[in-house]
Amino acid sequence: MMTITCNGEPRKIEREMSVEELMRSLGLNPETVVAELDGRILSRPEYAETRLADGATLELIRFVGGG
Amino acid sequence: MIYVNEHPMPEAQGWPVARLVTCQKPGADVVLVNGYPAPSDYVLADGDHCWLIRRGEIPTAAELDHLLHARHTPGVHAVIRRSTVGVMGLGGLGSPLALALARMGVGRLLLADFDVVEPTNLNRQHYFIDQIGLPKTEALKANIARINPYVAVECVAERLDAANIARSFRGVDVLAECFDDPAMKATALRVALLELPGVGYVGSSGVAGYGDNNAIRTRRLKPRVYVVGDGESAAQPGQGLMAPRVGIAAHHQANQVLRLLLGVDEER
Repeated sequence: MMTITCNGEPRKIEREMSVEELMRSLGLNPETVVAELDGRILSRPEYAETRLADGATLELIRFVGGG
Repeated sequence: MIYVNEHPMPEAQGWPVARLVTCQKPGADVVLVNGYPAPSDYVLADGDHCWLIRRGEIPTAAELDHLLHARHTPGVHAVIRRSTVGVMGLGGLGSPLALALARMGVGRLLLADFDVVEPTNLNRQHYFIDQIGLPKTEALKANIARINPYVAVECVAERLDAANIARSFRGVDVLAECFDDPAMKATALRVALLELPGVGYVGSSGVAGYGDNNAIRTRRLKPRVYVVGDGESAAQPGQGLMAPRVGIAAHHQANQVLRLLLGVDEER
């Protein structure tokens, strides 16, 4: 069990997971999200490669369609 | 000194405007003094710049530049006329945004879209019924030329992706993201943050339907990086894209582009 801060709110995570797995668990399509982990913008391949560590600060910017 | 269509005319000092019209351009339909309409009994004073225009006459680049200068105040116009703005996607957001910037006299616009004008676009996008089937880049370039032919418009008529966004828009002052597809919206922001340092950015998310006007907000994500919209209202069956609300968002974006060009970047 670990705790991260996601969009300013504390969030408990049951097991080790990647940024992409967290997005999916939140019902987000990773293709429509920009992620900043501990102040660094992640490239798209890094979503699956990057494991969340205890105490991490994650900002997720989600986009919806239309324009 | 008095200037008439930017030519010095010292003898006109102290004349009422009506006399100037009779002497210089009888039947002029538009009479402007210092950029604003003037009554015929206005008396010309030292330093006034007058414009006499007949219906159908198209002002030259220098003339229109002087008029916009007078309208926008000198400092503002000097900045925007030398600015370059990129617009990604020329739909309900991108087409009104590009027109707003062209009307302002932004010097150079880079317009990107791979699509053609379709009949269903006309409910919100700035095209005309006789432009159906034309590439949007070409149609919008033609429409801008009818408003301000002196804006330099360059078109990118290919489908944008992570690789060509960075290539196409490197060096612009501000980049506006006006895509429809949410994956492209995310891709564009990611590319801008990772590969286009120094470029101002105004994205969009949540502009569909006819929900509350005031739910459309301009959110600052980082210095010189903004996203406009309510963040929620996706385009979907039962919640279409329509001119009024998309237009509100498009003009939020256009005003934010202008603010960035003018160096305004405040936390709110």
